[in-house]
Amino acid sequence: MPDQGQSDEGGPPPSGSTVTKDKPAGGHRRADNKMAGWLPSVTVTFASIALALLVGAVLILVSDREVIESFSYFFSYPWDAFRSSASAIGESYKALVTGSVGSGGAITATLERAAPLICAGLAVTLAFRAGLFNIGAQGQLVLGAICAGYVGFHYDLPPVAHVVAALAAGLAGGALWGGLVGLLKARTGAHEVITTIMLNYVGAALLTYLLTKESFQQPGSDNPRSEKVAADATFPELLGVHSGILLALLAAVGVWWLLERSTVGFELRAVGANADAGRTAGMSVAKVYTLAMIVAGLLAGLAGAQQVLGHQDSLTANFGGSIGFDAITVALLGRATPLGTVLAGLLFGALSTGGLAMQASAASTPLALTQVLQALIVLFVAAPALVKAVFRFRESDDGGAVMAKGWNS
Amino acid sequence: MSTATKAPQVDPALQVRDPAETQRRIKMGGTLLLVAALIFYFWWSIDDELVYYLLTGERTRDTEPGELATHPVTLVCGVLVLAASAAAFLGLIRRGAVTLISMLIVGIAFLLCFVIWAYADLDVAFKPWITNPLPGTFAIATPLVLGALAGCLCERAGVINVAIEGQFLAGAFFASVVASLTYSAGAGLLGGIVAGVGISAMLALFSIRYLVNQVVLGVVLVVFAQGLTNFLLDQIPNEPKIKAYLNEPPKLDDIAIPGLSELPFIGEAMFNQTILVYLMYASVVIVTLIMFETRWGLRVRSVGEHPKAADTVGIKVRRIRWQAILFAGVFAGLGGAYYTVGSTGSFDKNASSGNGFIALAAVIMGRWHPLWATFAALFFGFMSSLRDQLTLVNKIPSELLTMTPYLATVIAVAGFVGRVRPPAADGEPYVKS
Repeated sequence: MPDQGQSDEGGPPPSGSTVTKDKPAGGHRRADNKMAGWLPSVTVTFASIALALLVGAVLILVSDREVIESFSYFFSYPWDAFRSSASAIGESYKALVTGSVGSGGAITATLERAAPLICAGLAVTLAFRAGLFNIGAQGQLVLGAICAGYVGFHYDLPPVAHVVAALAAGLAGGALWGGLVGLLKARTGAHEVITTIMLNYVGAALLTYLLTKESFQQPGSDNPRSEKVAADATFPELLGVHSGILLALLAAVGVWWLLERSTVGFELRAVGANADAGRTAGMSVAKVYTLAMIVAGLLAGLAGAQQVLGHQDSLTANFGGSIGFDAITVALLGRATPLGTVLAGLLFGALSTGGLAMQASAASTPLALTQVLQALIVLFVAAPALVKAVFRFRESDDGGAVMAKGWNS
Repeated sequence: MSTATKAPQVDPALQVRDPAETQRRIKMGGTLLLVAALIFYFWWSIDDELVYYLLTGERTRDTEPGELATHPVTLVCGVLVLAASAAAFLGLIRRGAVTLISMLIVGIAFLLCFVIWAYADLDVAFKPWITNPLPGTFAIATPLVLGALAGCLCERAGVINVAIEGQFLAGAFFASVVASLTYSAGAGLLGGIVAGVGISAMLALFSIRYLVNQVVLGVVLVVFAQGLTNFLLDQIPNEPKIKAYLNEPPKLDDIAIPGLSELPFIGEAMFNQTILVYLMYASVVIVTLIMFETRWGLRVRSVGEHPKAADTVGIKVRRIRWQAILFAGVFAGLGGAYYTVGSTGSFDKNASSGNGFIALAAVIMGRWHPLWATFAALFFGFMSSLRDQLTLVNKIPSELLTMTPYLATVIAVAGFVGRVRPPAADGEPYVKS
């Protein structure tokens, strides 16, 4: 099967195991032994992407009417089948690449798509490192957007103060929703998986409710759509991209510092690795849980604020899409490290903008294919043993048991 | 009050000295006092003397509704809760069965008064009657129970299953396709089972063979199932003729069990349902019995708690885990089938709309025990059913009502379930050393 698409992606030949693992310089910590097996071996990551694209290629073939028809007379004229297959795969993947990074506009779209994914992904990452599984980024993001949006369109403030106030409101909204989970976990032991799932729904219902209220709706309209945020309250643009991506990168650096360089971060990781040991060492597990969820909510709130403040948007019932859920995949693909989350966020941003282009391309590949691709990439990255078996890598890397533990540290 | 008489004898001096106990008393008493105050508010604010209810049968021109006197009922409930609050302050409600029963009484009293309040003083010509929430409860809870059973089986064997939603989606889609192809809803159930077991096989392969982190894996499988079902749905052409063969399945018929279905109040809700609901009852019994009464069940639990010890006595840890996960797929696939052949018919994008995660919450809320998880799912179903009913009444904005089952779950988890302990080896892949 010819597979033109892959060369477009610029993936390295899987045999090249010359790329070494990039480790952050963190020599003074003893926990590094664990980190080494944890960080994605770049080779395996690229091989995973290639493998996922390969499976995606098969799905493209299946979905293309012309290809299926050409296979019906495969034995009498096989060349036709090959040609149409190659063109379908080529068209699709070319659209994926050009649609995500092929032009200035495409790169802008990718970055703006990636920014909230990175922020929400960091929210999942941070909680994960404290041993909490935060499925609630969606709800925290919605609350953040509600607060940021309300300040954005309801109040009349001077230019710089307005955007700062709206952003702060968004952060506070997210932090409130996240902190509630942490507090409940710390005080009553309510499992965060349950409370975050439930609060996602509560947040969504709250948004729909508010959108029926007059103080939220556009004047003179009955539609469930809020006013647009004021121009003062939107993010300034840099080179055509709103500065949300800068905030996302800043947030990533902040999370890195918090996790790797601060005392609080040390406690957070210690409790995440083994809550009982942390408690024995005199750390307040309750405090760590609450704090971790507050900061996680803050980050998700930032993602929500970006969604409304980025482009002078109005709130609608489903403005958030599934960012909060995609964020879980982003964080897991990034192996719960800030740098990994940023890269994974960029990749997913590119995949989702490219996916739209694929749908619009001549091959009209269904949008759902991107979802399958995303799932497969994460799956293969998380299963290095499988990827190595497929490509017959020789290097030994025990990155297999990534964060083996699940529910309660 | 029954609660007061049943309280066990405790040394009063011991209680006074324990500050945690005092705090607990104040918290519980205060909460109950708040509930009582709410009920008295209902009692005070209601103007209508009577509300009407109809618990069995359809409302027709000739049906006579039951009558409920609003003020006496709310007053009695309020006094009851007030008494419970006083008992809590005095430390008469201790942990254990007494707490459970008194909380149940308080909960029912509060919900009853709330419903009466919602149905009273409506300014409409055609007064709605309070209807039986149980049929809705079972309709909503059936897939949740099945999903929760699947979750319990996997996690008791030591493999976290976040992918219940993925199993639901795959089950729903393939149930619809198979039922459409064969024109038999029963065959659709089989299709759902096969799809559920298929996702289970992926879960088992990647968690046991390739040692992938199981939370990651679960999330990925959900995304994968969403993508795959959406993708395949897009492949079904929109021509009515072809569509009829692929995504227009017949639905399961209601089967009334003679005798039982004529029982008042519960008969219609529990015993005039589709075969899927009866399969759900059977599944609860089967999973509970297998898990706690058979040798295989003991092995499942042992590999979930201490795989090394299990291995030492000669139990094949990986094999048992494979079996448990595949077996779980049967139930999750059946649960998924509910969303197509069991209720609406054809498959829509995201047919199960996140209910797999609610089943997951039920697993945790039920402390990884099939029976308790079933109760958790039924609780959620009951709350949702009540919500759907009150939405029709229009006293409270329906957008706000939407959140009540979720809020109720948070309150129940935070207030009564509290800290839970998962199976000790849940989420840990077993590598022989």
